[in-house]
Amino acid sequence: MIHQVEIRDLNFGYGDQLVLKGINLTVPKGSLVAIMGLSGCGKTTLLRLMGGQLLARQGSVRVAGQELNHMNEAQLYAMRRQVGMLFQFGALFTDLSVFDNVAFQMREHTRLPESMIRDLTLMKLNAVGLRGVQSLMPAELSGGMARRVAMARATALDPALILYDEPFTGLDPISLGAIGRLIRQLNDALGATSVLVTHDVQESMKIVDYIYFVSDGVIVAQGTPEEIHASTLPFVHQFVWGEADGPLPFHYPGPTLKMDFGDEWGQA
Amino acid sequence: MKGTWGHGLRTVGDTTLRIVERIGAVVLFLGQILRHSGTSFRRFGLVIREIYFAGVQSLIIILVSGLFVGMVLGLQGFETLQSYGSSESVGVLVALSLMRELGPVVSALLFASRAGSAITAEIGLMKATEQLSAMEMMAVNPLARVVSPRFWGGVFSLPVLATLFVAMGIMGGFLVTVIMLKVDSGAFWSQMQAAVDFHHDIVNGMIKSIVFGVAVSAIATFEGYEAPPTAEGVSGATTRTVVSSSLAILALDLLLTAFMMKGWN
Amino acid sequence: MNRATLNLWVGFFVLLGFVAFLMLAFKVGNLNLDGSGGTYEVVAHFDNIGQLKERAPVRSAGVLVGRVHSVRFDTLHYNAEVRMAIDTQYHFPVDSSASVLTSGILGEQYVGLDAGGDDKMLKNGDELKLTQGAMVLERLIGQFLFNKAQDGGADKTSNR
Repeated sequence: MIHQVEIRDLNFGYGDQLVLKGINLTVPKGSLVAIMGLSGCGKTTLLRLMGGQLLARQGSVRVAGQELNHMNEAQLYAMRRQVGMLFQFGALFTDLSVFDNVAFQMREHTRLPESMIRDLTLMKLNAVGLRGVQSLMPAELSGGMARRVAMARATALDPALILYDEPFTGLDPISLGAIGRLIRQLNDALGATSVLVTHDVQESMKIVDYIYFVSDGVIVAQGTPEEIHASTLPFVHQFVWGEADGPLPFHYPGPTLKMDFGDEWGQA
Repeated sequence: MKGTWGHGLRTVGDTTLRIVERIGAVVLFLGQILRHSGTSFRRFGLVIREIYFAGVQSLIIILVSGLFVGMVLGLQGFETLQSYGSSESVGVLVALSLMRELGPVVSALLFASRAGSAITAEIGLMKATEQLSAMEMMAVNPLARVVSPRFWGGVFSLPVLATLFVAMGIMGGFLVTVIMLKVDSGAFWSQMQAAVDFHHDIVNGMIKSIVFGVAVSAIATFEGYEAPPTAEGVSGATTRTVVSSSLAILALDLLLTAFMMKGWN
Repeated sequence: MNRATLNLWVGFFVLLGFVAFLMLAFKVGNLNLDGSGGTYEVVAHFDNIGQLKERAPVRSAGVLVGRVHSVRFDTLHYNAEVRMAIDTQYHFPVDSSASVLTSGILGEQYVGLDAGGDDKMLKNGDELKLTQGAMVLERLIGQFLFNKAQDGGADKTSNR
């Protein structure tokens, strides 16, 4: 089996604090894998490591069989041509129109004639159903539309690997379903591999092939959506069913009630 | 007692170190910009866009300020020179002070607050909204595509703006002294021509504004690129651009003036 | 913003700057005089140059004809050696004289050239033999007082 992304014994931290501890993770070619966890558990950091924007302290990150840690800047940029990434809020270039945003990579990396760039760009926009907004500026789009334009832009050069950072955040239920279906469609149509970082369990369970759960920088559970759904692990159960209290306490660790409010409150 | 003194000294030391570190960081950043400047010159359209935003959009403020500064210089100079009976030399005073000092310095200060802060805010905002990261993931280096064109746009714009500032200032001085105060027009120009030297006044003034252009543009892009990706971070970076560029302009002006004077005598 | 409009504006901007530069160079800076290669150099020794500086004007009959190129102390003759760059369009006889003069009472000092009567003209590197140094105020006053005292003494003797 060939793996598009392969991470072995990865440690990563900012300063003294370790954010990711001993991560092992594989993403087979052609699959759609989700990395789930609470906000601030290191999911986005993991995604940035795959894109080579951060480099691992220990362990290895391989994309398409190549070790990112040993690459120089030029090699990293060459690798990224094979990678598309969708940022949390789209990160469209605010000074360019929708059309120019999608055409950006074609103009930067290819010497295609303008007429062909136009056709390709409109095809990409059509794939996300937004051919009609080509002349608008990003500020004139709704959140869901901006996200879809950003998807068209991320897939403009038909990347082998697509990374999605929180694609469902801040969307209405209709846009949410549309984005979810698009992620699956784009992945299968392009024959690409996708990694999805999210905390939206219900939506991603519908589309992904495999799920990794990250908590406190460690992978605590993994499996297909069916296995996760049936899982009896307390953490996974709490996460999937959205329970307020569980292995992850509702209360942030702090002084006891008695210490803060005095005896009467402590007893009450 | 001892603690207070120690604390004061430590603060001085910390501040000094921070300033030196900051200067070093800007210089290193400048080196990076230069290394990634190939794109800017291969696709000069990118730079032209930035010349529009940094230069053309600063035209009005530069032209108006130049006119006013020249008029004030004319008035003040006339007032003082008249008591020595040499009011014709007012042209010399206006032209030399504008070319050597006021033109390069004031236009650079205005440029820092008008265009420099805009560059910082724009790059800072692109960073805060992950546009720079997105560009990096699209295998396009933001240093080459975003930072370097803005830097060169600034470096090209400022000398042009300074030249316009000086020309406007001289016209302002002419307006006040010749048209309003009836100084002889021929004496105004001829005395100016006799005193102004192309190399030592005009070229040196240009050199100053080019150096200021490099300093302001490097600081503005640096502050934007290194800004913390939050609203406060970007607004703080914008303020820092104006403050540090102004200080840099004045300090560099002293250095350059001393250096150029030494060349003369 | 349309690309063409953008280019138009930037072109206008650059053109404006260029015109301003030409105005400064020719109308204000009088570029042709100090242009490269348009000058020849003559030397003059003065016993005292006062406040004369490099780049001070050289005038003849009040017209600017060149500039002081360098000033240094001549250790052989113990006086000041002044080199002047004179515009090639002006020619002076070899027996012309140079003096250090002051424009106005508080004005800057300059070198004044008075043309002589010789047929031969000065060439690059020639020396002006006839020179008159700067008037030093203290010496002038000293001389004045000295003369006054002498006159006064003479008056007294004649009165007696």
